[in-house]
Order: sequence, then structure tokens, then C-alpha cells
Amino acid sequence: MHHSKKYNKQHLFWGYLFIAPTAIGLFLLNIWPAIQTVILSFQRSSGFGNTVFVGLDNYKKMFSGSEIWQSLFNTFKYAIVSVPAIVVFSLLAAVLMNQKIKGLTIYRTIYFIPVVAAPSAVAMIWRWLFNSEYGLINFVLEKIGLNGVQWMTNPKIAIISIIIVGVWSAIGYNMILLLSGLQEIPKDYYESAEIDGAGPFQKFFSITLPLVTPSLFFVVVTTVIGAFQVFDVIFMMIEPSTESMLHTQSLAYLFYKHSFILNDKGYGSAIVVLLLVIILILTGIQMKLQKRWVNY
Amino acid sequence: MRKNKNWIIHLLLVLGGLIMVVPFVWMVLTAGKTLPESTQIPPTIFPKKFQFINFKDVAKVLPFGKFYFNTLLMVLGRVAGSVMFSATAAFACARLKFPGRDLFFGMVLVQMMIPSQIFITPQYLLVQKMGLLDTIPALMVPGIVSAFGTFLLRQFFLGLPNDLEEAAVLDGANVWTIFYKIMLPLARSGLVALAIFTALFAFKDLMWPLIVNSSMGKMTLSSGLANLQGQYTTNYPQLMSGSVLAIWPMILIFILFQKKFIEGIATTGGKL
Repeated sequence: MHHSKKYNKQHLFWGYLFIAPTAIGLFLLNIWPAIQTVILSFQRSSGFGNTVFVGLDNYKKMFSGSEIWQSLFNTFKYAIVSVPAIVVFSLLAAVLMNQKIKGLTIYRTIYFIPVVAAPSAVAMIWRWLFNSEYGLINFVLEKIGLNGVQWMTNPKIAIISIIIVGVWSAIGYNMILLLSGLQEIPKDYYESAEIDGAGPFQKFFSITLPLVTPSLFFVVVTTVIGAFQVFDVIFMMIEPSTESMLHTQSLAYLFYKHSFILNDKGYGSAIVVLLLVIILILTGIQMKLQKRWVNY
Repeated sequence: MRKNKNWIIHLLLVLGGLIMVVPFVWMVLTAGKTLPESTQIPPTIFPKKFQFINFKDVAKVLPFGKFYFNTLLMVLGRVAGSVMFSATAAFACARLKFPGRDLFFGMVLVQMMIPSQIFITPQYLLVQKMGLLDTIPALMVPGIVSAFGTFLLRQFFLGLPNDLEEAAVLDGANVWTIFYKIMLPLARSGLVALAIFTALFAFKDLMWPLIVNSSMGKMTLSSGLANLQGQYTTNYPQLMSGSVLAIWPMILIFILFQKKFIEGIATTGGKL
């Protein structure tokens, strides 16, 4: 009796019916798998689909080897360099496109094209550009009197090449998100600043930047998460089992390698749990810090 | 003064635009060259005669017809599933009252914050258990429902005015009619945005198709192209022809619907 008063019967019927597919799907494909991955990380496969519980063995193995530390270092290096580069270039492009100039649609379309290209093709194109003998980039470098670079085979350089491709691929997407944030800033703010004699840089730092911080925050959080999951470009551009791979492989690549090439799904799961913990901590820290710099 | 400033903006945008577009131009030009032409030093810009045969040759090695078909089915399956199911779930979360609603929405939010790699191994094992490895349905599995879509469309439904709904209730309309006839058409731009977003990321997905489908005839453009690399590590005209074949459909769709794309992507982002 109590319930039928509180809830409309139609709402109950349609409500459960409407959420049913997504609720069941999310449970089977996401919630339960997330729990299973954690369980798997404490197991080792013993062949024929059987698994044995091995306690913390996978984690001990992980932290005692040098592979994971190198990979952590690679992943952080990738994120620390690529995230600021993506944010700065995307914001710059967005600010430039937020002016009243001709040809905006064409610029916007061109900047977005890398976003709609499949990453395996993108990586292949860049492999060709980076080719140390016949690549366009080294040709141009040599033409202007510089030395060619072993972009993919030099272990010290390879991560930079990965970062270049990562940044190049991500600018268009984030530019669009920032551009829509910029377009929400009322035009009269700029007009009154102009009357006060503010120059373009003053306007940028006193109006544009503070007012775009909500969109900027979104871009930073999602770009950090994306950077820590970097996989495609490394998988496609660097030869496996080389010194270069050792110095570029990310946690996501290591997860793929151990789970699906070396077929040690327990160990792979431990790696992905570590990745999850890192991403959750970083996202948590950003949520905490947002009050300090984001203006709502 | 004003003219002067615009000149600098154009210069910067053109420079950036070149960086964005030259890799693609170089891909197309290389795709038309013969192998000796592509490794000539100094390189020539244009192929002497555009070698369309490269496309034919690469299509002999990789079944591109199947890749297009598989990719299309994967994209359509994921778009249909996620748009349909997210729309109903989002409507329920925004407009209906029932116990467990907030718990369900909490589940949606949690899923959104977790990196997708955490789901992959058990999803793979599930697909394996169902005997679906190396099939087209396997490609669709991770995208059948969408936490992100539910979240996005809920915002849309929350933003719609109440009075239409109230008037319909007075006229005796049931929940289904309100959802299907009134709310869904009003949320059209949200549905389009979600469809574009889902299609784009399904098309770009690499790790999942790589893992579940291993035979050539069941691969997508992304995972199929990844195989080309092993076969022709140095034949760049062929590798570039393959890349052209893999990326032209999405680029064409994007250019045709670029306004919808940009608007759609803009609505999927925003504020946390």
C-alpha cells in the first residue's frame, strides 16, 4: 500500500523495463568483469582453462622485475609530455578559431581529420614519415642542414616519436571541446575590456583563460586518462622485443602483451589493476584540486 | 591594425593546418608511386604515373571488401544498441521515479570512470564461453550498451521542459507515448551526437577487434590493416595504399556531415 502511494505504477513498470537492457549489459560486461579482473589478478592459469589461486604472486612478480618499472616510467613520461602539449596546442587552435575570420569551416575540418582516421593507418603513415632512410621528415631535416634521426629504432628517441603522433592525433578533438567552451563566453566581456584599452594578451589572460577553465578541466582530466591508456601507436609503430619497445611500452601495451600474446591472463590482470589504481588516484587528485583553478 | 592581426591568425592556422594535412597528402602521393620511386633520393613529390595497381595488389593480400562489411556491421550494431538502450535508460533516469534508480545511475557513473582495459579479459572469456570468438557479433559486444550514452542522454532529457509532458499526462498518454512521441524527437540532437561519437570510436577501436577475431575474413579495417605491416614492412607504396583504403570511408563521411560531427563531438564533452 505504502509503495503504490509513493510510486506511480506506470513509472515502476516502464522504469525497470527501460533500464533493464543497460543494467543487465553493464553488469555482465562491465561491473562483473571489473570484479573478475581483480580476482584473476590473484590467480594463475594452469592450462586447460583451469586456474589456481596464487595470492599476491602476480603482484610480487610484477614489482620485482624491471619491466614494470620501465613501463611505468615510459607511461608517465608519455603523459607528462603529451598532456601539456595537447592542452596548449588545442587551446591555441581553439582561440585562433574563435575569431571572426574567413575560412573557419575549412580550418576546423582540416584540424579534425586526424581524429577520424583509424589509428592503425595513422601509425603507418607516421612510420613512413619517420623512416630513417627514405622518410620525408629526415629528408627535410637534412635539407636544412641537420642530421637525420633514427625516430623509431633509437630507444631514446622512440618515445618522442610516439608522443608526436599522440599529440598530433588528439589536437582536433580537444580543440572542438575547448572551442565550444570559448563560444559560451559573453562577447560584451571582450567589448568592455577593449574600451578599457586591454590588448589581446591581457584579454586572453583576464577573460578567456579564467572563463574557459570548466572546459579546460574536462579536457585535462580526459586527456590524462587517455594518455595513461596509450596503446595503439606503440603497438603499430615499434617493433616488438626490441630495445625501443622496452623504452616505449606502456602499461596498456604490457597488459595486452602478457594477457593475449604470452597468455598469462592473471599477470596481465595484475598490470591492469595497477593501471586502474593509478588512473583513479590521478583523477581523484584532479577532482580535489579543481576548486583551486576552475571557475564555475 | 585589424587586418594586420587577421593576417597573423591566418598564418598560424595555415601552419597548423599543414602539419595536420601533409601526412595524409604524403600518404596519397606515396600510394601512387612505384617501389623504386618511393625510395628515390631526393624524393619526388608527385608519382610519374599514378599507380592504381597498388590498390589492386593490396586488396589481393587483404580482403578489404570483408573489412568494410565487418566494420560497417560492427559500427551499426554498436550504434543501434547504445543509442536505443541508452535512450530508454536515460529517459528512465531523468523522468521516472522508481526504487533503485539512483543505484543504477551510480553504476553508470562508476563505469565511466574506469579504464576500459579492466573489462577486456573477462569480456574476452565471456565471448569465448559463448562460442562467439572470431564472429561478427563478437566485435559488437563491448559497445552494445553504453554508460557514457546513458549519462549524456540523461542530461538531454533533464533539460527538456515539463509542461509538454504534463499536458500529455492530462490527455491520458502513457509513459511509452510520452517517451516515444514527445521526448525522443526533442532529444534528437543528443541521439545524433551519441550515434556519431559511438560510430567514430567503434571505427577506431583496435585492441578489441585484434583480440577477439583472428581470421582475416572476420577483421575490421583497423585490425586488418595492422596485419599488413607484418607482410610488407618495407613496401611503403603498398602500405600507404592500404592506409588509404582503410581511412577514406570515415574521412568522406566526416567531410559530408562535418557540421553534425563537430556539433556532436562538442556536445559529448563539456564539464565535469
